[in-house]
Amino acid sequence: MTTRGRTPDPTPGYTYLDTASSEPLHPAARAVIEQALEHGYADPRRLHGPARNARILLDNAREATAEALGVRADEVTFTPSGTHAVHLGVLGLLAGSARAGSHLVASAVEHASVMHAGEWHAARGGSFTTMPVDPLGRVVDQPALKATVVALQAANHEVGTVQPVAAFAERAPLFLDACASAGRLALPEGWAAAAASAHKWGGPAGIGLLLVRKGVRWRNPFPGDDRVDERATGMENVPGALAAAAALQAVVAERDEVGARQRALIDRVRSAVSAIADTEVVGDPVDRLPHLVTFSFLYVDGEAIVTELDRRGFGVASGSACTASTLQPSHVLAAMGALTHGNLRISLTRETTEAEVDALLAVLPGIVAELRAEAGL
Amino acid sequence: MDAVVELDCRGMLCPRPIIELAKNLHRVEVGEVISVAADDAAAASDVVAWCRMRQQEYLGVENAEDGVHVYLVRRLS
Repeated sequence: MTTRGRTPDPTPGYTYLDTASSEPLHPAARAVIEQALEHGYADPRRLHGPARNARILLDNAREATAEALGVRADEVTFTPSGTHAVHLGVLGLLAGSARAGSHLVASAVEHASVMHAGEWHAARGGSFTTMPVDPLGRVVDQPALKATVVALQAANHEVGTVQPVAAFAERAPLFLDACASAGRLALPEGWAAAAASAHKWGGPAGIGLLLVRKGVRWRNPFPGDDRVDERATGMENVPGALAAAAALQAVVAERDEVGARQRALIDRVRSAVSAIADTEVVGDPVDRLPHLVTFSFLYVDGEAIVTELDRRGFGVASGSACTASTLQPSHVLAAMGALTHGNLRISLTRETTEAEVDALLAVLPGIVAELRAEAGL
Repeated sequence: MDAVVELDCRGMLCPRPIIELAKNLHRVEVGEVISVAADDAAAASDVVAWCRMRQQEYLGVENAEDGVHVYLVRRLS
């Protein structure tokens, strides 16, 4: 199913640098999606011909996904989103271990979906504790903390730092949030359940992956459904699952090449941005996701710099409070003790060029200087 | 810990309280304390981060009578 090629550029001249929020559809997904839509409409549970076709496509998607991730096909469930997969993973492990206790332990820099699952669990009689992180964003173990389930990300979605997942594998059944890393880095060892999200690797939105290891005690924490796959909620998005699987296979096949290129470009950004006065580049410089970097400019308004970059043709994200719907700063940056205002997150597409990165680096110092001057500094 | 200069940044969104802190630091002598009253959520992280980045000493946080956080900073340079 591997297809290579360039993604059509929807806005010529615009440089999209926010793939950590959502990656453009991979050409390999585009190549299968039309056929999948045509042949994958029926309910795979039924016994007629169109249902058999849908079932074959769904099984293909499951097997291709399992192969790309190095897991068993019967460990893969397609969910309606990455967030739903996280909720099913975290809460399902807790439900499966309910006799042993009800204490969820997570790092303080987990994705909001894990935090919300923890708060939901705590509101229903369980308990939820977060572990602190060091200044690079790496979790600091709390050996005295007794956990029923540990939730830990493979790598952080904002700052890229890879977490020492294997070190926590013996503590308790481990939920791995692989949403930021799936396809880009191999899955680490030691997890009982895991989640990923297709639109983060170039599949379509609306496809999450729940992975539950064979033999793990997992119980559906929600009302459940009558699908063939007991972990599934509602009829599977068969065309979406197939497109997601095609993208994942392609991304895994090209990740050494793409990852090496992205690492070098991110190193270039880290070094150039560090040269701007009163700037903090955060996250592990080496043991990190290949495609993203986060930094903050002192005295700069996050919303203003995102808006100014958009005006000049660069789409980037920010963890600053003024850019958040909640007006709260990024809990990741706050937990790391990093500066939260004037924050930008740059994340590269598989096709981002050196020229595009250099164009961004050429405009950044001037924009920062302008905004600081406007603030009277 | 008495602040020599007290900045009232109530109602200001970040980075404004940090900008005020930077602009007014010169009003205290080295060794003296400046305080920032701020109700913006980001100030809790950003006053500490500013002190680290600008090599000033973060002394901690107190509550004003209206419950607003007052961050204390000692000028070191």
